[in-house]
Amino acid sequence: MKRINGGSAGITWKKSIKKYWALYLLLVLPITSVIIFSYIPMTGLQIAFKDFSLKDGIWGSEWIGFYHFKRFFSGQKVWTIIRNTVVLSVESLVISFPFPIIFALVLNEVRNRRLKSTIQTIAFIPHFISTVVIVGMMSAFLRPDTGLINILLKKAGIIEEGIYFMRLPEYFRALYIGSGIWADMGWSSIIYISAISSIDPQLYEACEIDGGGRFKQMLHVTLPGIAPTIITLLILKCGHIMGVGFEKSYLMQNSTNLPVSEVISTYVYSIGISSRQFDFATAVGLFNSVVNLIIILIVNKIAKRFSEVSLW
Amino acid sequence: MVKKKNKIRLAKGDIVFLSFVYVFLGIVTVVILYPLIYVFSASVSDPSKIVSGEVVLLPKGFSFAMYSRIFNSKNILIGYRNTVLYTVIGTMYNIFMTIIAAYPLSKKDFKGNSVFTFIICFTMLFSGGMIPAYLNIKNLGLLNNPLVMILPGALSATNFIILRNYFMHFVPGEVLESALVDGASQLKTLWSIVLPLSGPILAVLTVYYAVGHWNSYFSALLYLQDDNYMPLQIFLRRILLLGTSDGMTTGSSLQDQIMYEGLKYALIVVAVVPMVALYLATQKHFKKGIMIGAIKG
Repeated sequence: MKRINGGSAGITWKKSIKKYWALYLLLVLPITSVIIFSYIPMTGLQIAFKDFSLKDGIWGSEWIGFYHFKRFFSGQKVWTIIRNTVVLSVESLVISFPFPIIFALVLNEVRNRRLKSTIQTIAFIPHFISTVVIVGMMSAFLRPDTGLINILLKKAGIIEEGIYFMRLPEYFRALYIGSGIWADMGWSSIIYISAISSIDPQLYEACEIDGGGRFKQMLHVTLPGIAPTIITLLILKCGHIMGVGFEKSYLMQNSTNLPVSEVISTYVYSIGISSRQFDFATAVGLFNSVVNLIIILIVNKIAKRFSEVSLW
Repeated sequence: MVKKKNKIRLAKGDIVFLSFVYVFLGIVTVVILYPLIYVFSASVSDPSKIVSGEVVLLPKGFSFAMYSRIFNSKNILIGYRNTVLYTVIGTMYNIFMTIIAAYPLSKKDFKGNSVFTFIICFTMLFSGGMIPAYLNIKNLGLLNNPLVMILPGALSATNFIILRNYFMHFVPGEVLESALVDGASQLKTLWSIVLPLSGPILAVLTVYYAVGHWNSYFSALLYLQDDNYMPLQIFLRRILLLGTSDGMTTGSSLQDQIMYEGLKYALIVVAVVPMVALYLATQKHFKKGIMIGAIKG
C-alpha cells in the first residue's frame, strides 16, 4: 500500500482545511458511500459465528462459535466443492495464463502499425461482451440438434448423434476455460503490451549486433523485459486460486453438470440466497476469503525469496 | 529504423519465424471473429436455414423477421429501457464520484490523503462477501429497488487509482497554482481547468463504467425481483440459457422451435452491439488511458 500513498506529512490539519475546505466537503460523499456499501457489510461477517435470525439482526443474534464451520466440514459435499473450485481455477490458470503473454510477444513482432492496431482492436472486442451472452453463444453453438458445432460434426461424419456438450460434466471445464481464453486473451495482453513498449530499444540493437535474429531477440530481450510483469500477474492470479468467479460457473451450471460445476461461490449463493441459511453461507464465504488471503501472503513471500518482484 | 533494416536483410531464420507470427495472428483473428460473424449472419437469416446447417459464414434467406419480433416483445423492451437507464445514470454517478474522490486525494498537501486513499483501496483486498452484502442491502431497504443498480459500487478502486494518477502526473501543478493565485476557487479550478485537461482519461473511465453497467447481471439476480426493474441481461439469461421464450414464440410446434433458435442470435446482436460500438468509437483514447493505468502509483 505504501506506493499508493501520497503522504502529507508536515502539513497541519488547520492549514490544509483552510486551503481545501471545499474539497473536503466533496470527499465526504465517496467516503460515505464506501463505508456504507463496503465497510458495513464487513461487520456482517460476524454472523458466521452466530445463530443468525432476521428478527434479532446481525448484532443481536446469539454467538455459537465455530458451529457453522464444523457443520460445513462434516458435510458430504465439502470436499467435492473445494476440489471443484481448486481444480477449475488451477486448470484455468495453468492453461490460460500463457495465452496473453504469447499474444503480446507475437503481436510485438508485427512492424506494420496499422495491421498491428487492427489485430489488437479485434482481440479486445470479446472483453465488451457480457458473460451471459458468452455462455449463451456457447450454448447456442453447442446445442445437440440445431447448434453449429454438432451440425458440422455430423456433416463431417465424426459423430452420428448430437452431443449435449453443455450438459455433460466431462466438457464443463474445457468449455469454461476455452471460452475464458476467447474472452480475455486480448484484454489481458494489454499489460504485457505496455510493458514491452517500455523496453529499451538499445537492447534489441545490441542483440542484433551479436547476431541474434528476430526469434532470439524475442527470447532474450522481450521476454526477460516483461518477466517482472509476468511474475507480478502470476502472484495476483495465484491469490485467486480459491476465488472462482460466481457468474460464469453459475450461468453454465445445470442439474447434470453440477457434480463438477458446483464451486464455493455458487454453493454460497445456493445455500445463502436460495435456501436462506445466511449464517452458514457467510461462514463458507468467510472460510473462502481467509484461505485466499493466506494463499496470496504465502505466494508473495515465495516470490520475494526467489526474485526481486513482490506485491508489497 | 528497425523497418529499414528489415528491408535490407531478412535472414532465413527470420523468415521462418515471421511466418509463424503471421499464421498465429491469423488464427487468433479468425477464432475471435468467426463466432461473432456467425451470430450476425444467423440473426439475419431464415431460421430454418440455421437449423438445417446451411448458414456457415454468410446469411442465407435474408430476413429481419427476428428483429421485428424482438422489438415487439414487451419484456425485451422493458429490459432494454432499464439497462439504458441504469447505464446512463449509473455511469454519470460513477464518474462524478470518482472525480470528487480522486481530485482531492491527488493533492500532495491535502492532509489525510493517505488515510482516505487507504480506505478506498482496501476494498480491493477484502470484502464482506455475498451474504453480508445482501443483508446490508436488505437492511438499507434497497431490495427490489432500482436504486440498488446504481448506488453500491459508486466508486471502483481501480478507476479511482487511474484517475488520481492522471491528476497527479498529467495535470501541471503550476497552472493550478496560478489559477488559485488569480483568485479562482478550488471548485472552479477543478471544473474549468482540470476537467477540460482530462478528456481522454474520462472517456476511458466512462467506457469502463458503462460496460460494467450494461453487462451487469449479478446485482439484478441478487437484489431485484420485479420484472419491471430487470435489466436486459436477466431476460437474456432466461431466453438464451433457461429456454423460456418470454412470449416471443407461442407454441411448442417445430416451427416455433426453429423460430426460437433464430431469435437467440438476433437477441445476442441487439445486446452486444451498443457496447462494442462504444468501444470502437472511443478506442483511440484507450492506449493513453491504459498506460496511465499501468503506472499505478
